[in-house]
Parts: sequence; C-alpha cells; structure tokens
Amino acid sequence: MLLSRNAIYSALFLVLNLATIAVFYIILNAPFIGMVQITVYAGAIMVLFLFVIMLLGAERLGGVRDTEGWQRILALILGGVLIGVFGAVLLGSTGTPLDTASSIDSSPTALGLRLFEGYVLPFIVTGLLLLVAMIGLVVLSISNKNSNQ
Amino acid sequence: MSDVVTIEWYIALCTILFTIGAMGVLLRRSAIIIFMSVEMMLNSANLLFVAFARHLGDLDGQILVFFVMTVAAAEVAVGLALIVVIFRRKRSINIDDLNLLKG
Repeated sequence: MLLSRNAIYSALFLVLNLATIAVFYIILNAPFIGMVQITVYAGAIMVLFLFVIMLLGAERLGGVRDTEGWQRILALILGGVLIGVFGAVLLGSTGTPLDTASSIDSSPTALGLRLFEGYVLPFIVTGLLLLVAMIGLVVLSISNKNSNQ
Repeated sequence: MSDVVTIEWYIALCTILFTIGAMGVLLRRSAIIIFMSVEMMLNSANLLFVAFARHLGDLDGQILVFFVMTVAAAEVAVGLALIVVIFRRKRSINIDDLNLLKG
C-alpha cells in the first residue's frame, strides 16, 4: 500500500486490508462488527476514496514527489523505534491464550442493548458529530461553488 | 510458541498495522494516501479493541469500535471534501504545497 506509485493501487490494497480485518472480527466472535466493517469501510468509505482519486485524476498526476532522503531515513528510524518499543513490551509478556470457552453474546441484540443502556450520551454526541460533519460538507461545497463563479 | 493464539499475536499484528500506517503518513506526500494511512491506523486500534473485548469477555470494546467507526467515517467525509476544495484552489494535493501558514 505504501510502495505503489499509483494511488488507486494503494486504495485497492487498503480494501484488501479492510476485508482481512473484517475476517479477523468474525474470527474474534464479533460477526456484526465484521459485517459493519465490510459495509461501512469497504463499501462506503473506500468508494468515496476511489471516487475522489478518480475525480481529481490523482493517479495520473505523477508530480507528487515524496519525501527527501533525510526525511525518509528519519521516518524509517522513527518507525523502527515505534515497532521496537511495542516489540520490547511484547517480548517481556507471557502468553495468555484467548479464552475460547467463554464466548460472549455479541449478537446485534446484545450490542444494541448494551449501547442504549450505558452509552446513551456518547450515542447522542455521535449523532451531533455526524450532523456537524454534514453541515460542514454543505458549507464547503457551497463556498467552493461561489469561488468558481 | 504453542499453537494457541494468544492476545500477544493480535497486539503484534496491530502494532505492525499501526506502524505501517504511521510510516505511510511520514513517507508519502499525497494527501489522499495520508488519509488512507490514517484509516489504517484507526483500523488497527479497532482490531485491538475487538481482540481485547474477546480476551476479557466484555462487550464494551465492541461498542467503542462503533464510535470509532462513526468518527472515522465523519473524518473521511470532511477530509475528502477538504482535499477536493484544496485541489480546485491549488491544482495539487501535495501537502508540501500547502504552505499558506508559513511565515
């Protein structure tokens, strides 16, 4: 995903990645989350990404130069440090197997009950966030139209 | 290592995914690819939430994944609209060209 020059190839690799994560969700006894992942991410968000990539013609721009040499080396060092820190923590921990015996009820009914029992305020705030995002999109598109005239 | 899948394997996988996303943000200069890398990092966090929800036998992790997904969807929608507007203004999505705030 990082190495392909063409942005569309990167997007398609990301679709593959998202589908794999959805399979992991299903393995982890969260089938509803897996289905939501496929619908929302691989369905909606990636279509939006591909739409914007093709709308802008970014795959043929080619002029998007990447980072210079010292930035690239610094980024590789930082990435190595990040993965090294996590790896050092992991190496010191003892393996505790996933408890396969106690399977929690993760049906959509149980999820909805838990959502509306303990998470009503975050749910409302999330709705407000979506409303603000929608208003922001409308404002962006209107101001963009005015600037073109 | 035994053949039992431990929680550490999932932590390692999510670490690798997160690092790949962070490297994408650091290495690439195309705004769309940077957005995709941010999505990848959010997904690794989501996968870790679900893995720990399974590990601890608690449903709250899966609830949190819904909120993260919602925020990610809103972020992608607004961000891509911003990218389209910036592209119409500057004919470029290279983030090095966005230096209006430079003194």
